[in-house]
Amino acid sequence: MNPDASTIAAGAPIEVDLTPVAEGQDIKVFWRGKPIYISHRTKKQIDEARAVPVASLPDPQSDEARVKAGHDQWLVVIGICTHLGCIPIAHEGNYDGFFCPCHGSQYDSSGRIRQGPAPANLPVPPYQFVSDTKIQIG
Amino acid sequence: MSGPSDYQPSNPALQWIERRLPILGLVHSSFVVYPTPRNLNYWWTFGAILSFMLGMQILTGVILAMHYTPHADLAFKSVELLVRDVNYGWLLRNMHACGASMFFFAVYVHMLRGLYYGSYKEPREVLWILGVIIYLLMMATGFMGYVLPWGQMSFWGATVITNLFSAIPYVGESIVTLLWGGYSVGNPTLNRFFSLHYLLPFLIAGVVVLHVWALHVAGQNNPDGVEPKTEKDTVPFTPHATIKDGFGVACFLLLYAWFIFYMPNYLGDADNFIPANPGVTPPHIVPEWYYLPFYAILRSIPNKLAGVIGMFSAIIILCFLPWLDAAKTKSSKYRPLAKQFFWIFVAVCILLGYLGAQPPEGIYVIAGRVLTVCYFAYFLIVLPLLSRIETPRPVPNSISEAILAKSSKAVASIAVALVAAGALFVGTLQDARAEEGGPKPPGNSWSFAGPFGKYDRGALQRGLKVYKEVCSNCHSLSFIAFRNLGDDGGPGYSVAQVAAFASDYKIKDGPNDQGDMFERPGRAADYFPSPFPNEQAARAANGGAAPPDLSLITKARSYGRGFPLFLVDFFSQYQEQGPDYVAAVLQGFEDKVPEGVTIPEGSYYNKFFPGHAIKMPKPLSDGQVTYDDGSPATVAQYAKDVTTFLMWTAEPHMEARKRLGFQVFIFLIIFAGLMYFTKKKVWADSH
Repeated sequence: MNPDASTIAAGAPIEVDLTPVAEGQDIKVFWRGKPIYISHRTKKQIDEARAVPVASLPDPQSDEARVKAGHDQWLVVIGICTHLGCIPIAHEGNYDGFFCPCHGSQYDSSGRIRQGPAPANLPVPPYQFVSDTKIQIG
Repeated sequence: MSGPSDYQPSNPALQWIERRLPILGLVHSSFVVYPTPRNLNYWWTFGAILSFMLGMQILTGVILAMHYTPHADLAFKSVELLVRDVNYGWLLRNMHACGASMFFFAVYVHMLRGLYYGSYKEPREVLWILGVIIYLLMMATGFMGYVLPWGQMSFWGATVITNLFSAIPYVGESIVTLLWGGYSVGNPTLNRFFSLHYLLPFLIAGVVVLHVWALHVAGQNNPDGVEPKTEKDTVPFTPHATIKDGFGVACFLLLYAWFIFYMPNYLGDADNFIPANPGVTPPHIVPEWYYLPFYAILRSIPNKLAGVIGMFSAIIILCFLPWLDAAKTKSSKYRPLAKQFFWIFVAVCILLGYLGAQPPEGIYVIAGRVLTVCYFAYFLIVLPLLSRIETPRPVPNSISEAILAKSSKAVASIAVALVAAGALFVGTLQDARAEEGGPKPPGNSWSFAGPFGKYDRGALQRGLKVYKEVCSNCHSLSFIAFRNLGDDGGPGYSVAQVAAFASDYKIKDGPNDQGDMFERPGRAADYFPSPFPNEQAARAANGGAAPPDLSLITKARSYGRGFPLFLVDFFSQYQEQGPDYVAAVLQGFEDKVPEGVTIPEGSYYNKFFPGHAIKMPKPLSDGQVTYDDGSPATVAQYAKDVTTFLMWTAEPHMEARKRLGFQVFIFLIIFAGLMYFTKKKVWADSH
């Protein structure tokens, strides 16, 4: 009952062009049936994410570890709440990040859990920059 | 089912069979001469009611499966079309969907009865555990069945519940992948759920056979909890129990039919009339009412793994009940303390169900935690403790002695129990939709409301005109074919009028022999064409918000009625939240945005729209559509007409449903009355 060959083939890596995403904006793309948020973060959002002491977080992880070096403005996360799988809404909640409408989990501008029942940060999917304005997810 | 039967059929052909397969003897000993305690009350008819419901669900389910397509792109549509086009498809679907709720209602009464009268105690432990297994299988079946229509709540319910398994350490993620058959809930998930939803009821039927077998070995418990000693304590199953069960089933059918014919969507969620969309989460994901207490337990524990364990142990703990409660006296009738705690436990379950439907915030979370502790305390502290400290009242020596001493107190306790059971049922139905602020839609006097409601033909025809001239510029109506305009209970056009109406439309067809697509005039069998080729085009042309399809809009929109109105609605048959909301939104536009409210660029202020910022500009203005029949050309009239029309598109068979419902009720009331008097006659000598 594991995924069949066509499902696996459809889950191959995809490329996303980042040129149209302006600062402060984010887009949602689907990969393997999962929504992936790509946020072009503002300076303020990056500073907020880096100002918080890592040890104080429920799932400690530094912002630097969640983005690619040299592309600090781009945050790429799987938009599935780690609690029970709802899709959080971007640019909502108290932490300038994501807010899950189902059970009230709040994530910051680095996609890290800050408040609510979710046990972990929004996962970062495997991806790399193929050029300055294009990423490959998967 | 106990020992070889000495039953001998008189017919030689049956004797021949009986010598080779003693099946008639089995039936005879299990369901005819089988001794049943003569003091059983009506709570004992729920076993028969449950068997009946299982048969009903299997029968309607098998027929529904003949018309259903288990594919992510087609499932929603196939369910809608089977309701519209299959002969009595609406009846089949209502029977199956309401039947699930009725099944769970009956099983809860059955379980609470067992709890109250100590039916799990020696020698009935295995019988009880088999019952818990049936209940678990029912929960799995009900959950997977709810996924099949592939609406929003189906999809997100499936996502939330399958994600529960990811909490299991080490193997959780692999289990979830096996459930999904992919990387997320999708088409493979739907396929395997369909397969399992078809399989599990037959497993249930198998375990039910074991359950009945175990019952007939140990014998039935009874309200006094003393085992039958002499023949005077029992009566033969047939005709005594059969006729009593028959009367119980007939009464239960009255409640069932109330839902099927008059309140089919009372127990459902409006969001499930929106097709599944993996990109949009509904604001509140709420399971069906029968899971709510367990959902409340899940949510009240802040740790994910602990929450999942808590939820499952709330059910598994029932298996250990025979050993947790060591009291020798079976029936709570003779246990003054246990009786009180039982009713407290029932109240805890009802309140947990209520909390399960509320948003998880503030006081609800705290209350949920307190009640979760109470729930487990009943099993782990109260029952073990009571069996040590409680002094039970003296138990009668035999069943016949108990019958002689029967007081009128029993009637009062049954009345209390009935009220409590009713409250358990409706108490958990509270709509979870958050109050978004702002006024509630005003009520309207709809011609289609109430048990004899009918559509106003004039309003349907005017509404169609409003849709055609205004709404259809942006909104599709994809489940409605032109032929439907001539159907019984619809706008009432003739075949020629329908053909003429259809031929005004250009329908894309093809490819032709050259391989090209071409346009041709519409035919009666064609469906209303959509204004946009796909959802993305609709979204792009409308400032990012795709205009929803209107076929089901009056059932896909609703608003919370709040306590206690939703209780009143059950009796007054109020089902018009959707039309009231749609009519209110159409008239709720205001040019002047009130102070303190900010509306984003490209949105419009609407008093009744949740959040008040709607992307649809004011669609109707006075005099916009010309009516031929002299009705006032006002926004209020337009709104009322088009809402009536959209109610018809959502429920094209409503008139047939209410008409048949009336006939069924007349029949059932007479039938139940006849059953009652037959029962009285049969039992006349036995009391």
